[in-house]
Amino acid sequence: MNVGILQFPGTNCEYDTQYAFEMLGCRTNIIWHQETTIADTIDLLVIAGGFSYGDYLRSGAIARFSPIMSAVQKHAASGKKILGICNGFQVLTESHLLPGALKRNESLHFISKHHHLKVAATNNSFLHKMSQDAIVNIPIAHHDGNYYIDPESLETLYRNDQVLLHYCDQHGKPQNPNGSVDSIAGICNKEKNVFGLMPHPERAMEHLLGSSDGRLMLEGLLST
Amino acid sequence: MKAIVNISLKAGVLDSQGKAVHHALDALNFSGVNDVRVGKQIVLELHDTDAKHAKEQVTQMCESLLANTVIEDYEIEIMA
Repeated sequence: MNVGILQFPGTNCEYDTQYAFEMLGCRTNIIWHQETTIADTIDLLVIAGGFSYGDYLRSGAIARFSPIMSAVQKHAASGKKILGICNGFQVLTESHLLPGALKRNESLHFISKHHHLKVAATNNSFLHKMSQDAIVNIPIAHHDGNYYIDPESLETLYRNDQVLLHYCDQHGKPQNPNGSVDSIAGICNKEKNVFGLMPHPERAMEHLLGSSDGRLMLEGLLST
Repeated sequence: MKAIVNISLKAGVLDSQGKAVHHALDALNFSGVNDVRVGKQIVLELHDTDAKHAKEQVTQMCESLLANTVIEDYEIEIMA
């Protein structure tokens, strides 16, 4: 499996993401945002976390117009898989590859800690290795993670099983760290090839670092 | 020609910053405030000399980059 990892000025999770996918046996390429093509050999494209363009204007708003982004749109349209983690999720909503938007956390604080998540849908090529309602422990680290979507579009998300993950406590009860609608932590597009989440599975690959729950999530993307 | 763009969260979208400022004003005993909305202002200096054309251009800028119309509204003021 070949994994391409996008790098914008201000991206800071590209090497963690590379480490995680190489640990899973993938070949990886870091793709600078000034590139205009994504090689056909890339099976999975990951938009890594960080602070692209310093989060100026809005998180992800300026990265969206980087030269590489038209190739990203093509990659998505061809049905190939894209995963956006944290700032990558923000870039995907700003690019309209995923519905909704990510607002400033309700507390106005930057939040950096481990948080539990509950799996809401497994009939997709990201979370198919996990069980429905499984509870996992994955770090979050964001200032703008407050997912917003209008009520009508939210219904559509649920109808199509596009809501993937909810924030919860260790027992699976809803617990909302940032004010997201319905405590939503991750979603996918209708075609189920573009995935976005605020938590960082690439930071939960080893017991030594507090959790290895991210492995099963990322492994899901590797089956064709 | 100058364009002033005011961007704010749509009505119905919770404005956490506005709420925090409102609380702070209450704490300072400014009791006459019913609601606070925090937005941002972007000032553009334009080559344009035609106000109508300038407004069209700035509208396109707002729709594509300056505002996220999923959560934000924008108002444009063109000044000579």
